Amino acid sequence: MVRRRQNPALAEPRWVRYTILATVLTFLAFFLVMPLYAVFHEALRQGLGVYWASITEPDAVKAIQLTLLVVAISVPMNVLFGICAAWAITKFQFRGKQVLISLIDLPFAVSPVIAGLIIVLMYGAHGWLGPWLMEHEFRIVFAVPGIVLATAFVTFPFVARELIPHMQEQGTDSEEAALSLGASGWQTFFRVTLPAIKWSLLYGVILCNARAMGEFGAVSVVSGKIRGLTNTMPLHVEILYNEYQLAAAFAVASLLAGLAVVTLVVKSLLEWRAAREQARAEQEGLAQLQERLA
Amino acid sequence: MSAVVLERDPPRTLRRRSIIPGFGLTMGFALTYMSLLVLIPFVAMFAKALELSWADMWALVTDERVVASYRLSFGASLLAAVLNLFFGVLTAWALVRYEFPGKRVIDALVDLPFALPTAVAGIALTGIYATTGWVGQYFEPFGIRISYTAIGVVIALTFIGLPFVVRTVQPVLQDLEAETEEAAATLGATRWQTFRRVLFPSLLPAILTGFAMAFARAVGEYGSVVFIAGNIPFRTEITPLLIIIRLEQYDFAGAAAIGCVMLLFAFVMLLLINMLQLWSGSRGRAH
Repeated sequence: MVRRRQNPALAEPRWVRYTILATVLTFLAFFLVMPLYAVFHEALRQGLGVYWASITEPDAVKAIQLTLLVVAISVPMNVLFGICAAWAITKFQFRGKQVLISLIDLPFAVSPVIAGLIIVLMYGAHGWLGPWLMEHEFRIVFAVPGIVLATAFVTFPFVARELIPHMQEQGTDSEEAALSLGASGWQTFFRVTLPAIKWSLLYGVILCNARAMGEFGAVSVVSGKIRGLTNTMPLHVEILYNEYQLAAAFAVASLLAGLAVVTLVVKSLLEWRAAREQARAEQEGLAQLQERLA
Repeated sequence: MSAVVLERDPPRTLRRRSIIPGFGLTMGFALTYMSLLVLIPFVAMFAKALELSWADMWALVTDERVVASYRLSFGASLLAAVLNLFFGVLTAWALVRYEFPGKRVIDALVDLPFALPTAVAGIALTGIYATTGWVGQYFEPFGIRISYTAIGVVIALTFIGLPFVVRTVQPVLQDLEAETEEAAATLGATRWQTFRRVLFPSLLPAILTGFAMAFARAVGEYGSVVFIAGNIPFRTEITPLLIIIRLEQYDFAGAAAIGCVMLLFAFVMLLLINMLQLWSGSRGRAH
């Protein structure tokens, strides 16, 4: 690093370096720092009293409860799916594996509005299963199950995507060793595989959770936005904003922004931890090599 | 005995034999879950769209208002992706090659658009770029309005796509061997020549991948755009919004038809991104 900076052939001239840095920092200040700061600034503009009233008002509380409920159902479902998909994909060889991996990515590529649309076309009153559902008096669209489905749809790649590359790297040696020593399949999973993947799993869960709590497009198509009943936090923000209750809208938004900040902090901590562990492993390998050579 | 034979002869079976259990269980659950949540609903959408005759379908997806929305959605997304390409490469470069105070915080902050709910980003950006906002007020005297115009749409889409180019280029830049740069310098290349002839070609697949991802994401984006766009018919309506408008009018077939167009685009982008990743993978191995 030091050498690179001193050698004029391997580093940009000082003015280029400063221009690049200044451009980058200005760009990020306008596009990242300012929006984040604006949320908290607007939320607290009319004082803490109004802020507190906005987030403890019954409809806001209902929205928070609904969001937590939706997350509590959809995230565990996606964790289970992620683990199953990763296990099948990384521990076995089979045809069509690449197709399956691409299909898992699909929700990342399509618009969240499409996610909402297909749920309406499937389960809505005029959808495929609509008449049957009506007969059995079970509502999905414009009710909580639809919100859960929409949220699960848009967040379902997160866990699988984190686990697949990590488990691929680990291979199957440890599992095969455990099995040949007489462990059952479940024992192998809980004692061998799970401890090895727990940090990637946590990483995936955190990203999945952040997206699930904040999902707007898909949920707004299927929710019907009935206050106190099918209104999640992001939808509540929209309603307040459209009614020009800006302080209240930003107050609820600030809770979501706070969640985003917490997500980024935990994510960074996990990444630093992984980097440190990798460095340690490399060092240990080097030390072993030296020992053997000595 | 037969098991051994099977193991030696894998092409006859769908999957190779393994002593690890749970293939049926995990694969079964994963496929069932995916089918119920994703695949069958997609089929439902195509079926709905196919209830229309080709002529009706064509009329729906080339309706004047819909075409205006394609122009805005694709145009603004392309512009935003180009902005992200430029600033994304610079940001990745600064984060990998330079030391500056607060680098770790900034590195973490780059992911903010992934973590911040889109509706929250939408109302925050609208406020900042409104005529009375922190930034908007300085453009107003020149007659430039940002919020509630196409410029605002580009701003929101730039925010949404910001992490993609940075996060695809950053690891590639980190893994580049210093030797190639040193060799170029030794052979008398200037710093700019080294960048253009040596560094840029190896970064190109990653740059294009990030660009394609940012573009694809921007076309589908809804939450952050609807607040800042103003949603004026024929002028600032994005395509996903038109799907919602059709749904509100109970025009399910119309919504499904536009949905199919967007889905087709998503498939093409997914294919393109996969191909770009294969290309960058082969590049990585060639080095």
